[in-house]
Amino acid sequence: MTKNRFLLLVLFTALVSLLITVKVYAQDPAPTPAAATVPSDNEVNLVAKKLYCPVCPNTPLDVCETQACKDWRAQIRDQLASGWTEQEVMDYFVKQYGERVLAEPERGGFTSLVWMLPLLIVALGLVFVGLVLKSWRASRLSRPLVQPEPQTGISKQILDKIEAEIRNMD
Amino acid sequence: MIPDIGLIALIIAFGLSVYATLLSVNGGMSKRLEWVASARNAIVAVFALLTISVLSIVYSLNALDFSQAYVADVSSRAMSPFLRITALWGGQQGSVLFWAWLMAGFVAVVVIRKWDADRELMPYVMFVAMLTTTFFVGVVVFITNPFTKMWLVPGAQDLVIAIFPPLNGQQYIPADGSGLNPLLRHFGMIGHPPTTYLGFTGFVIPFSFAIAALMKNDTTSDQWIRTVRRWTLVAWIFLSIGLILGGRWAYDVLGWGGFWGWDPVENAMLMPWLTGTAFLHSVMMTEKRGMLKKWNILLIILTYSLSLFGTFITRTGVIGSVHAFSKTALGPAFLIFISITFLGAMVLLMMRWNSLKAEHELESLFSREAAFVLQNMLFLAITIAVLWGTVFPLITELFTETKITVGPPYFKKVTGPMFLALITLMGITPMLAWRKQTLNKLLSRLAVPLAGASITAIAWALLNPKSPAISLFSIAMVAFVTLSILAEFWRGARIRMSTRGENPFTAFIKLVINNRRRFGGYIIHLGVVMIALGFIGDAFYKQETQGTLSAGESLTIGEYSLRFDGLEGYMGSDGREIVEASTVLFKDGQQVKVLKPRRDYFVVQQQPVSIAGVYSTAGEDVYVLLVGWESISNQNTTFKIYVNPLINWVWIGGFVLALGVLIGTWSQARGRSEATYSLKNQPDEGAVVGTATAPGIGD
Repeated sequence: MTKNRFLLLVLFTALVSLLITVKVYAQDPAPTPAAATVPSDNEVNLVAKKLYCPVCPNTPLDVCETQACKDWRAQIRDQLASGWTEQEVMDYFVKQYGERVLAEPERGGFTSLVWMLPLLIVALGLVFVGLVLKSWRASRLSRPLVQPEPQTGISKQILDKIEAEIRNMD
Repeated sequence: MIPDIGLIALIIAFGLSVYATLLSVNGGMSKRLEWVASARNAIVAVFALLTISVLSIVYSLNALDFSQAYVADVSSRAMSPFLRITALWGGQQGSVLFWAWLMAGFVAVVVIRKWDADRELMPYVMFVAMLTTTFFVGVVVFITNPFTKMWLVPGAQDLVIAIFPPLNGQQYIPADGSGLNPLLRHFGMIGHPPTTYLGFTGFVIPFSFAIAALMKNDTTSDQWIRTVRRWTLVAWIFLSIGLILGGRWAYDVLGWGGFWGWDPVENAMLMPWLTGTAFLHSVMMTEKRGMLKKWNILLIILTYSLSLFGTFITRTGVIGSVHAFSKTALGPAFLIFISITFLGAMVLLMMRWNSLKAEHELESLFSREAAFVLQNMLFLAITIAVLWGTVFPLITELFTETKITVGPPYFKKVTGPMFLALITLMGITPMLAWRKQTLNKLLSRLAVPLAGASITAIAWALLNPKSPAISLFSIAMVAFVTLSILAEFWRGARIRMSTRGENPFTAFIKLVINNRRRFGGYIIHLGVVMIALGFIGDAFYKQETQGTLSAGESLTIGEYSLRFDGLEGYMGSDGREIVEASTVLFKDGQQVKVLKPRRDYFVVQQQPVSIAGVYSTAGEDVYVLLVGWESISNQNTTFKIYVNPLINWVWIGGFVLALGVLIGTWSQARGRSEATYSLKNQPDEGAVVGTATAPGIGD
């Protein structure tokens, strides 16, 4: 074995050890043994709630009563029991049955449009309201300041009385 | 025999609808009153004939005449007479006829009641209303005819459904019908569908008046807008009650512990309600200030088009949903009709754009006008967001060929903040006067409600330490609106007490009676706030747990625990197998109620329905579902428990809302016209600025 080759081997070993160390440290400091606990119904439902039944129309998976959905919930339980994270379970369902199983549309890709339009509408709406109010104020300012008295048909006496009553109220 | 009479009446009704449509508009344009009068008689006759048609179906449903395809489809021997009769709107054919009948009824009432009041406009109103009615009656005759029979044809696989016998056809009469969809076999069947339909069809009247005014170019007079407002209120309250009853039904029957699931069919009802609500507010701007005329007409057009769109969604099943129970050729017909209605109305509005000049002037941003404009924008933005979320799965499928779901999280996240903004406005706006309000006066009026709101929020946070900030803000706003409305009642009553020496009770009653529109409006707002409280409880404080028990064991949630005592199975009425659990609910160790959650299995339809066991108080519901079991034994029985705080405020709010509408619309009924005033065409200076009588919802 040449000196160069020996050096390469040492480097390689060091690198692999380092990577393993990093990997170990990056993991949960006290990993729980996966098969030790069976997830409770509530833990299963917490995930199922975020999914829709792949076959029944508009039914969340946690409340769907068909046999198929019971099986899917059992599957989620098994997956959680073998240590899958919530995200992994959801990814699995999306891969198997398509995006329609997600209760909440994804915020990337084409479906980000569903989230963007309402924001845009509100923003445009506020601008529109602002412009409208501004133009209404402008139309008032452009009016002549002195106007003829309106023909209200109410005598000065009555008007004074009303004014007086209004003052008394507050 | 009886069905034949119904069929003949239906066909004559269609002929007369066409007649009334053509004659009314011709009579109006050529000013031939006798034509218009004849059209009116035809309209009344259409309603009478459709009534005969409806009655004949009700008769067949109850008499179990299974020679009729519709009866065989939705009625059955096992069903009670109550359910057999309500089956009129339990399937597609019957419900479209029911729909057409209600619409014809509205039109008939209008031509009889308003004959002298709006004579100039009436021919055009009749034309628009009858055009729509003709479409619906036409659909009943040609597409969803409820008088078809079933025929066996040699060589054909399926039964042929037709009115007249096909070649070599032999009539098939089953011994029993399939009966209603199990989810529809509920007492709510008498309430939710009819009120919803009344709401949807009722909007045809405001729409017809608005289009008639555009056609006749009669937009300078404001008489029609008052008529429109009253009829919108009629349709609106039916739709509101329909929405609430629908929520209650979902809560009782669908077995998921909630009352509003943002299902496409629910959204279809919500959208016209939102635009209708916006209109009921903006129309005040027209009445009081002569503002927003075009906007009002636009809102009426939108409301009516969205009602049609709602019908389209409910009746055609275009967007798969638990409510849509069939798919037929109805879709294209509807889509074309909605497009023509919407585009035609919009073109007409564009043509009259310039003649709809309103007097728009704004004195200050601290004015009721500004708040109303903002509020209208929010209502429309919510409508668009809901519409977008509802149709987005179709759009995605069209463009990317991927099926997606837009579920409750989208609707909650997007519309929640906007609803919260609306509630906030609801507390502020009544404190604002028309034209302008000085900031000092506004702040002095807001001080007490705001202080009360802060105290409520702090108290709430102490009682519910885990509350998210947004829920605390929501609770604060609910308290704020409630207090600001109560302050209005207090201010008014106090004045009466001091100026007239009335006792508090009399002062309060007389205050409401003498200002029905305004205080009716406030009462409606109180109802809305209560409903909001129910939604806040549902969004932030709902708890659930699920567990599997053997007899004697308990499942705990919060301060409650549920003990399972045993399971039994028996046959129920209506062809259902029932499995029922006996459980006892304890609160803090004290027994509060025996609950019997059960699962009904409809054998013929092979469909299960969960009936929850519910312990209900003003503060919260404990809602127990029987989820699963292993044969009929006392072991391994699974329960799901929901604790639904504040949910009962949704139903209480519904009652209060209806009460408010009754009070607010009572005025003319007693023959004494209410003293309302208009601020239109008055000078700026020295006008009734910040009037003491001012800030009423109904004013």
